[in-house]
Amino acid sequence: MNIGILALQGAFIEHRQMLEKLGIQSFEIRQKRDIERGPDALIIPGGESTVMGKLLRQLELYEPLKARIEGGMPVMGTCAGLILLAKKLSNDSSVYFGTMDMTVRRNAYGRQLGSFYTEDEFKGIGKIPMTFIRAPYIEEVYGDAEALAVTGGHIVAARQGNQLVTAFHPELNGDTSVHRYFADMIEESLASGK
Amino acid sequence: MNDRRSELNRNLAQMLKGGVIMDVTTPEQARIAEEAGACAVMALERIPADIRAAGGVSRMSDPKMIKGIQEAVSIPVMAKCRIGHFAEARILQAIEIDYIDESEVLSPADDKYHIDKTKFDVPFVCGAKDLGEALRRINEGASMIRTKGEPGTGDVVQAVRHMRMMQAEIRRLVSMSSDELFDAAKELRVPFELVMYVHENGKLPVVNFAAGGVATPADAALMMHLGAEGVFVGSGIFKSGEPAKRAAAIVKAVTNYQDDKMLAELSEDLGEAMVGINEDEIELLMAERGK
Repeated sequence: MNIGILALQGAFIEHRQMLEKLGIQSFEIRQKRDIERGPDALIIPGGESTVMGKLLRQLELYEPLKARIEGGMPVMGTCAGLILLAKKLSNDSSVYFGTMDMTVRRNAYGRQLGSFYTEDEFKGIGKIPMTFIRAPYIEEVYGDAEALAVTGGHIVAARQGNQLVTAFHPELNGDTSVHRYFADMIEESLASGK
Repeated sequence: MNDRRSELNRNLAQMLKGGVIMDVTTPEQARIAEEAGACAVMALERIPADIRAAGGVSRMSDPKMIKGIQEAVSIPVMAKCRIGHFAEARILQAIEIDYIDESEVLSPADDKYHIDKTKFDVPFVCGAKDLGEALRRINEGASMIRTKGEPGTGDVVQAVRHMRMMQAEIRRLVSMSSDELFDAAKELRVPFELVMYVHENGKLPVVNFAAGGVATPADAALMMHLGAEGVFVGSGIFKSGEPAKRAAAIVKAVTNYQDDKMLAELSEDLGEAMVGINEDEIELLMAERGK
């Protein structure tokens, strides 16, 4: 298993370190030719969604990655990554990949003073640490998307087929359980020959 | 600021990595910066080149102007307060700024003490010329470090000097035996725990950006090669001929700093760079403020 990590901006190194802990190989995707290495899955890290959205287009990564995601390649989006995968943003007219049936609110907890840490239940894993940094939350999931975690009355993790998203940063607290969960998704997907 | 808040503040800096933070003086410039791919903006009344030209005492910006910028963009907004001026910092915290830069670009308000940043809930970024300064600022509660460079000059030489100095001193600590580390802590005038962290991890405990004199995509790439985790661009953008184009080129240069072909393309047709002043032509060395 070899996971491509979108490394345009943000906390991509932290994701690599989590995968390393699990003994999973990864590489950085910074431009078009990196995709030719054929990742088994993709991680879209935290950072600024406006920056990544812009660079995805300018570096011509948008079309090939979108095609792969739509073709069933497993993808995990954290924070900004969740925003990039949402079909609709409630407080912003931008749509990026738009592959997941959910409506997302950007900067939903306000500015940095609204950033917080909590521990809460994640369906199929149990109680895990959750760090929210100028985070979004999911206002609504519909269609095939399913909520996996709710904290403070808001959906903060969801899954739709091979797509997994979290509003918090599972790469920050040293707990590898969400990455393990994603790796299991990838293994299932590889086994089913998708 | 409790440990949890301190961790959250360091985490925000982690999210800015690989990005470009741009100085802006109006909501319109802020929108241009965001549109060009800035990962955050620094709101200030005058960019460093103009502060340098105007002379006199330079202070925190008008909160109304900062709020205008907060309303104009969705990315994090930073603002500067004077070194040691904790009242300015408290005002910036009251308007919910995302990051405070306790900055040598403004006139220092205290020639001995920096702000006790552990008393604040909002994060601080501070400038440093060497490892000792960086660790002293972190000990005072800074959750992000940047090189001081020489702001408002368009001359990258000092940012290079500061980044090289920090990296060389980090390598020196890494190679030390444990008994030598006690003395190193004394030399650097910082707690032993911070020295130990650098010794074990080979890096600062917080994110480290380059700042001061970055004017071209090549400058930004140079700083990334030297170990910067991202770049501040101040006067370099809005003092140049085509700000939007230059800003976007610098953003892409930071992401793909190892791709020389792409850097060549990015460096084409950017219009006039800021004129700049050489280090030996200036009278005021801002980097010497606040050690």
